[in-house]
Amino acid sequence: MSTLNHYKEPEKQSHSTTSELLEYQRHDGPLNILGFWIFLATDLLLFACLFATYLVIRTHVDGGPTDKDLFEIPGFTIETILLLASSFTGSLAVYEMRHNDKKRLLGWLVVTVLLGLGFIGIEVSEFLSYIREGATMQRSAFLSAFFTLVGTHGSHVSLGIIWMISIIRQVAKYGIEPINARKVFIIGLYWHFLDIVWIFIFTVVYMTGVVS
Amino acid sequence: MFEHIRSFASHFFVTGEPMIYASDVAIVLFLVGIIFTLTYLKKWKWLWREWITTVDHKKIGIMYLISALLMMFRGGVDALLMRTQLALPNQTFLDAEHYNQIFTTHGTIMILFMAMPFLFALFNIAVPLQLGARDVAFPFLNSVSFWLFFFGALLFNLSFVIGGSPDAGWTSYPPLTELGFDKGPGENFYLLGIQISGIGSMATGINFLVTILKMRAPGMTLMRLPLFCWSVVASCIIIIFAFPALTVALALLLIDRVADAHFFTMLHGGNPMMFINLFWIWGHPEVYIVVLPAYGIYSEVVSTFSGKKIFGYKTMVISLMIISVVSYFVWAHHYFTMGASAGVNSFFAVASMLIGIPTGVKVFNWLFTMFRGRIQLKLPMLWTLAFIPCFAMGGATGIMLAVAPADYQYHNSYFLIAHFHQTLIGGVAFGLLAGMYYWWPKMFGFSLNERLGRWAFWFFNIGFYVCFMPQYFLGFMGMTRRVYTYSGDTGWTSFNFISSIGAYLMGIGFLFIVVQVLYSIKYGERDLTGDPWNGRTLEWAIASPAPHYNFAHIPEVTERDAWWDMKARGESLIKVNQRMAFKPIHMPKNSGLPFIMAVFFFISGFGFVFNWYWMAALGLLGVGICMIVRSNNRDSEYYIPAEDVEKTEAALGRV
Repeated sequence: MSTLNHYKEPEKQSHSTTSELLEYQRHDGPLNILGFWIFLATDLLLFACLFATYLVIRTHVDGGPTDKDLFEIPGFTIETILLLASSFTGSLAVYEMRHNDKKRLLGWLVVTVLLGLGFIGIEVSEFLSYIREGATMQRSAFLSAFFTLVGTHGSHVSLGIIWMISIIRQVAKYGIEPINARKVFIIGLYWHFLDIVWIFIFTVVYMTGVVS
Repeated sequence: MFEHIRSFASHFFVTGEPMIYASDVAIVLFLVGIIFTLTYLKKWKWLWREWITTVDHKKIGIMYLISALLMMFRGGVDALLMRTQLALPNQTFLDAEHYNQIFTTHGTIMILFMAMPFLFALFNIAVPLQLGARDVAFPFLNSVSFWLFFFGALLFNLSFVIGGSPDAGWTSYPPLTELGFDKGPGENFYLLGIQISGIGSMATGINFLVTILKMRAPGMTLMRLPLFCWSVVASCIIIIFAFPALTVALALLLIDRVADAHFFTMLHGGNPMMFINLFWIWGHPEVYIVVLPAYGIYSEVVSTFSGKKIFGYKTMVISLMIISVVSYFVWAHHYFTMGASAGVNSFFAVASMLIGIPTGVKVFNWLFTMFRGRIQLKLPMLWTLAFIPCFAMGGATGIMLAVAPADYQYHNSYFLIAHFHQTLIGGVAFGLLAGMYYWWPKMFGFSLNERLGRWAFWFFNIGFYVCFMPQYFLGFMGMTRRVYTYSGDTGWTSFNFISSIGAYLMGIGFLFIVVQVLYSIKYGERDLTGDPWNGRTLEWAIASPAPHYNFAHIPEVTERDAWWDMKARGESLIKVNQRMAFKPIHMPKNSGLPFIMAVFFFISGFGFVFNWYWMAALGLLGVGICMIVRSNNRDSEYYIPAEDVEKTEAALGRV
């Protein structure tokens, strides 16, 4: 997404921004980053609506399996650990980018992708085991809401993984420069955001489920 | 084999209605006509290069405007069909099923495929120019937004001839819209058409908010922003916070329908009321999304045509912001009769009435701006003057509806129909037309004919009151919305008949606008100054139509009403051009990707409509590939050389 912030003269622009972070140095850096923050606000509201729906129909199990019957502590705990760890490695990637270390930046991005894949793998196997038990999203309103809320988060993570692979390729090809720095920074925002949403899923869906 | 195809086609295409066969023929002829004309004039390349791939906000604005006017025509025809059916008791012009489809498409099209794109047209045309910017913050995304809207609207309208139209009202309440009661693909067309164009609307909201926050000319502080831009800020904030709720409501209903889930069904623990809540959490803010920019237009118009700065600028800004916040706390007034507790109903009743206060402030500010002004009764001002009493009346009936106990009497009656048409036509449509007349010379370089515009104005306005005033009485007499016919003993005949006459008068008004546009293309007064109305804001400081890069030199702003201030100082952008050397200008390159991506969205949506999952998956895959291609594209910008800028400015007579 390119843009035109022309009232700054080119020479003045490079002069005034030398002290700024790499991702803000091109004219479109600040615009894209602000735009992405606002996008995250819309995405947050999307999840808020899904959470609200889940909370309204959480107990509507229609004689089928309840959250307490279904959720198993080891599974969602490992998922949580993997995702939180991936958020940490994502931050390490940005940290290495600040130190202009391309190799380590790529390394941490790859670790982040792998942790993300691990998370998705466990989530998919969790879903499959529920379905084998007959707890499909067609069974009750509760299960519809559960699969949709957690599945929407999962598809966000999957999309993030594909996106991150594309960015890894670009960093490998073009190195650490303002465009890539912006991309790494923005996917970092996205990744942390998904982590925060997961923390709510962990508490509102899983913890509440096993405790109630 | 042949039998197989025939049975498929008889379900796939809508059959058995002479009106629809006629439309089939009209659509095919229209398409053949377009293809023939483009091929004959060798314009395909031009269409692709100049329009389809454009990322220029001015051209995108024009495409939005053309689509919105076409949709206004279709929505208007729907309205006339309904009024024809209801003009007399016991008519058989339309049957119940057909009537259901028509009121559904009328409502959906008018709000989502007419009002929204019309507003986005004006956002695109005016906002960057008023800010002194060369484009929006994300020109590529802007093009994506337009094409998503376009293909969303196309998908929705396709239901007319393929598969069958949605028929559950523009609010699409479950459980009626669940598979058990509504099998046909019509409802899927509704869900996917709106979903696809809704993604575009959300992107537009983000785009314009960032544009206004980040791309203002030097010296243009927030409190020096033109009021139209402030109203766009307010509207974008609401888009950003309200549209996700619609996305979720539509997605969950779609999941119910295609995956057999149970969010809103009557069985297996579903809760239909949840949809209605989510829908109106978006739905009520939506009316402010469309009306706040109209307020912005009125502010610009009143100030320009009174030759005065706006009265109470700060209170105007504050009331816009208050409305954008309070608009979130009123949604349950759409169903006071649901049976919520008195406490809940009181909260939403009071919040709904509160909106009247900042709105009242704005009305008084407009009146005080006119007070002792040198008022010129040009078309934009005429529509603004018509808006004030019309909207005041619509507001007053709104307060009546907000009184929760009384609402039990008015709920879903024609009183409600009259109320919201008065606010949406008197508030939004009048504003859209005022804005269209106001910025038309800036878009196209010529003004629309005043005389024909006045005919349109009087037909439309008189028609409006003749059409909707009787409906208030019909509401009191017990006529409910969405009835397809009535018996003569109800005593509703005369009011219905008068109302239908009014609808036809409005239709004639619309035809006058069409004639006016066609006439003015040939004979309209050319605008050579770039400032036909003696305007106050920066869009009037440059040539009409604006050159590709908008501003050869970005103006320095020192006052509110920046252009008025420049004129007062004897300054102009021509003088700036003479004083300062031209520099190369950095611009975004055109791209075909937004169009291709929207086509894939369309393919995917069409697949979901008919539960052809291979097609849906193929479309989504295409969308993903487009995004990756875009992410890897490092060649999306270029420079216009300084000599070319100088040449263009010289050709416009501005050096």
